[in-house]
Amino acid sequence: MTKMPVYMDNNATTRTDPRVVDAMLPYFTEKYGNAASRSHAFGWEAEEAVETARGQIADIIGASAKEVIFTSGATESNNLAIKGVAAMYKKRGNHVVTQATEHKATLDTCKRLERDGFQVTYLPVDKFGQVHAEQVRAALTEKTVLVSIMAANNEIGTLQPIKDIGRLCKEKGVLFHTDAVQTVGKVPLDVNEMGIDLLSLSAHKIYGPKGIGALYVRKKDPRVRLEPQIDGGGHERGMRSGTLPVPLIVGLGTACEIAKREMPEEVKKTFALRERLREGIMSKLPETYLNGHPTERLPGNANISFAYVEGEGLMMGIKDVAVSSGSACTSASLEPSYVLRALGVGDELAHSSIRFGLGRFNTEAEVDFVVELVVREVTRLREMSPLYEMVQAGIDIKKIEWAHH
Amino acid sequence: MPYSDKVLDHYSNPRNVGSFDAADPSVGTGLVGAPECGDVMKLQIKVNPATGVIEDAKFKTFGCGSAIASSSLATEWLKGKTVDEALAIKNTEIVEELALPPVKVHCSVLAEDAIKAALKNYQDKQDATDAPAEAAAKPEPAGV
Repeated sequence: MTKMPVYMDNNATTRTDPRVVDAMLPYFTEKYGNAASRSHAFGWEAEEAVETARGQIADIIGASAKEVIFTSGATESNNLAIKGVAAMYKKRGNHVVTQATEHKATLDTCKRLERDGFQVTYLPVDKFGQVHAEQVRAALTEKTVLVSIMAANNEIGTLQPIKDIGRLCKEKGVLFHTDAVQTVGKVPLDVNEMGIDLLSLSAHKIYGPKGIGALYVRKKDPRVRLEPQIDGGGHERGMRSGTLPVPLIVGLGTACEIAKREMPEEVKKTFALRERLREGIMSKLPETYLNGHPTERLPGNANISFAYVEGEGLMMGIKDVAVSSGSACTSASLEPSYVLRALGVGDELAHSSIRFGLGRFNTEAEVDFVVELVVREVTRLREMSPLYEMVQAGIDIKKIEWAHH
Repeated sequence: MPYSDKVLDHYSNPRNVGSFDAADPSVGTGLVGAPECGDVMKLQIKVNPATGVIEDAKFKTFGCGSAIASSSLATEWLKGKTVDEALAIKNTEIVEELALPPVKVHCSVLAEDAIKAALKNYQDKQDATDAPAEAAAKPEPAGV
């Protein structure tokens, strides 16, 4: 019997793995020392736990432990990487290159830089959501200090060719930051092989707790320097002050350790579930479209548009399944997803999109339940859709002069 | 966002889903909204020409649950009303009945627009019947 509701929004956040919780608990109640306390055993114990976690995090991205800085999450990591580099290297140049489908934590940080006198290039993406190294090459100027391109997109799951981009940046001597929050634990990453200088990650996307993330900051070839955004006690090599949240850090470290160890099996399983879902839905329903790249995508992500059915309306029909939609019906702006728009998906199909995010705890039974439910509800809503009726009658709905409101 | 029980009821058991022949002179058709905006409503009324009473109403809606519920409710309210009474239906009454949150008020506005458009289409047809020469100048709403 499938337990209701079914959680299929693992690109938004994940359930904390019980093994992670178990590892964290002693650091709340027994080993509660401040990792910065050098004078007693409580502090030493906490510091040891923090350093173990640092090593576990470094391990999953091929870095060394000293290159890992703890933050409150990937939003802070992105802010620190981009603003920290921009401020530190502003004498060298004032230009940053990024791309259109980045997370708002990157885009809005770049917008702030623009208000502060920086120039930012937002590269367009192709119809699969990819940006290419040649585009980055063409955008670089003598003033470029940073390139920030995400490793995988949170809405459509498209993987970016970060290895190509990283190598280009190395060749040009420009720093390369990647927001890898969706990618860590799902796709093998190696900061040296991929030419990554700064990398953002977060615990709650990889079955760890919310409120903790990390920023990888390269220590040599080149040694990356950052202007801190939070001043205080000089923690984290002076780059990010604030008492370390030891239980959360232990959670992040354990989550990385499990993710690295189980990645080969887990990726296989998640991918199989994703394909079972995608194939199940798309083979039974005509006029459904997979948004993003057909193969270069996160194993657990399926973002599907259901023509003639509005996404939020569909979510109401499948309310026993936790998913999200590119429809902006819930927001006051009435604007659908900027990510889907950047791919050239029409507004109508953007409004009709649902993001399914499969993860560690999903089962085949859940997938089968969701396929059946989605097929039934889309069919019902299409019978109720004036657009579907028109298309059945042979009317081209694109040629109608709609009254935009 | 939590939905009211009434929205959920109309969404799960929509009243009067369907279509009438738009060419029927006793039928008025309103088609409002746009696919790019995420809402399209088609609302139709069937009027008894002798009494001027709306005897039946049907809808089809592309949109969120609140848009479906607003149009479903509108068809319920239209039945049994005269054309003049129907013109008095206000979106605020729909908001109140369905307990729509502020972000969903536009769904009720669209439903009121659909009612007005259907009534106007019916009136135009009646005027055209009274003055057949004008008929050619009054096309059907696009696509229905």
